[in-house]
Amino acid sequence: MTNRLHFQKRVWAGAALLVVVIVCALLAPWIAPHDPLEQDLMAASLPPAWRAGGEAAYLFGTDTLGRDILSRLIYGARPAMIVAFAGATLAALIGTVLGLWAGFHGGAVDAVVSRLVDVWMSFPAVLLSIVLVAVIGTGLGSVVLAIAIIDWTRFCRVVRAETQVQASLDYVTSARTIGQSRGTTLWREVLPNVAPLLMTLFTLEMGIAVVIEAILSFVGLSVSSDMPTWGGLVQEGRLYVNQTPWLLGLPIAAIAATVLACNALGDGLRASLDPLLER
Amino acid sequence: MPLKRLLWAVPTLFGVLVVVFVLLRLAPGDPIAMMIGPGATPDDIRALRTLYGFDRSVPEQFVIYLGQAATGQFGQSITLKRDVLELVLAQLPLTLELSLLALGLAILIGGGAALAAVAWRGTAVERVIDLFTGFVTAIPDFLWGLAGVLFLGVLLPVLPVFGLLDPMLRFEPVSGFMLGESLLRGRLDVFGSALHHLLWPALSLSLPLAAMISRVLKASLLEVLAQDYILIARVKGFSPWQVLWREALRNALGPALTLAGVQFTFLIGGTVLIERLFGLPGLGNMAIDAVINRDLPLIQGIVLTFALLFILVNLAVDVLHTRINPKLRR
Repeated sequence: MTNRLHFQKRVWAGAALLVVVIVCALLAPWIAPHDPLEQDLMAASLPPAWRAGGEAAYLFGTDTLGRDILSRLIYGARPAMIVAFAGATLAALIGTVLGLWAGFHGGAVDAVVSRLVDVWMSFPAVLLSIVLVAVIGTGLGSVVLAIAIIDWTRFCRVVRAETQVQASLDYVTSARTIGQSRGTTLWREVLPNVAPLLMTLFTLEMGIAVVIEAILSFVGLSVSSDMPTWGGLVQEGRLYVNQTPWLLGLPIAAIAATVLACNALGDGLRASLDPLLER
Repeated sequence: MPLKRLLWAVPTLFGVLVVVFVLLRLAPGDPIAMMIGPGATPDDIRALRTLYGFDRSVPEQFVIYLGQAATGQFGQSITLKRDVLELVLAQLPLTLELSLLALGLAILIGGGAALAAVAWRGTAVERVIDLFTGFVTAIPDFLWGLAGVLFLGVLLPVLPVFGLLDPMLRFEPVSGFMLGESLLRGRLDVFGSALHHLLWPALSLSLPLAAMISRVLKASLLEVLAQDYILIARVKGFSPWQVLWREALRNALGPALTLAGVQFTFLIGGTVLIERLFGLPGLGNMAIDAVINRDLPLIQGIVLTFALLFILVNLAVDVLHTRINPKLRR
């Protein structure tokens, strides 16, 4: 546990980047230099400010309708972060409850939950999310729900295995011996010991959720198209990639940076919190 | 063992059928309302309801649906006005070719990287490969595809990033398999162009899998290399490469093979998006249009086709695994 205090460098790097994205999402109306929906056809398809023909007022240039790309990127952080936090929280909740239950009870409950996880995980996520959105409809809520329905298994599998390990340890037996109920033991003794693992999974899941949101908004199955999303920006950029390549490059960079930040944070936390992995 | 697996496939397929049936009946919106034109009379609507069995009870509907699924009758696509099975069979070959090409690339790149990292272990080569596999795993195929469009399609235009063939070429494969049929019929210009167009889509699908194969294969190679018979082979005078290639690889292949098999289904799932991104006329691209247009018969046909494909892949992996690992044969 001594490792807790000196986290690895990548934890700091990942956390710092993620904080920037979160701040953008929270303070978008105050940070963004322009209204993300405001069209200025006189200033359409401007390149970034540092390139020939760019204007200082539009740091990252404009799209084909003259909308400021920097502002659209900043506003795009909102749906990305909403989906990342809400989707990961919901998936973690379902997965943790089922995982704790299956891991602690064992027997038939465990067999059923494990079998369900196996079958669930054998179905590719992209396909499942598209079918789900077809059924429950588009919109941010649907995307969050789809992520939870698809990815609760990631949490469930790991939490179940870890709970099994914890349940066999002496402290759990002691807690039961002094008369604590099963529920109290799970909540007060086992859960805190599973929590570090949960934190790691949660960060990794945020990265996955950001990509799923980008994919769904790219194919037009997320929020309505006038709300700026990173996936929507990618879709626009893909259309005009030969005329305005920066329109594609900038949202790709935003998505990739966020995903890498989540991965760095998650992997770094895992290494820092797990003494066995620390070498 | 394979027979037991085969028996497992039946309930899995049945489960998928049930899930698709339930999901599509939960879907908001009346499918009949989407099929009728503006001037339809109540009689027309009733006729359609009877035709599709919507006037029956839910269990009856399920039995009808099972019969239809077993015989491949998924009805007509609402938007494309053609038989669903016909549409699926027309688009499936490209998706299969793209997936197999990507699988081949993943095995080649992943296997090569693992062998190189083990052969030059402890040197800069190993460190570069480790760094590269870590980086590649973190980035999903969607972003690899996009990065290719930007860097190799536009900024340094060396690859075509839209469509399947050069627009100047005319070639209609009878079988639907563009790569396979053009090669067999000796149309090397068509084969070359299609391969050129599919190179980056296939590579973006393969990179995450290649990184995983490389990691697992490297770990099991290192484990095998620590065993006594490897030392004996060395003492006998085999060169390090011979030991690696002829002695270690065969025994280290099992875990990597299982992983490649399991992940292959995810790779096939990834084609949905990659086809969209690169404008390739495959099953996945059609699936997205079907969802956008809420074309329920078509969605159902495509999802069941994919599910069947995944079950077949899993079966094939099991059979292959038992062949390679004699311990599993009983």
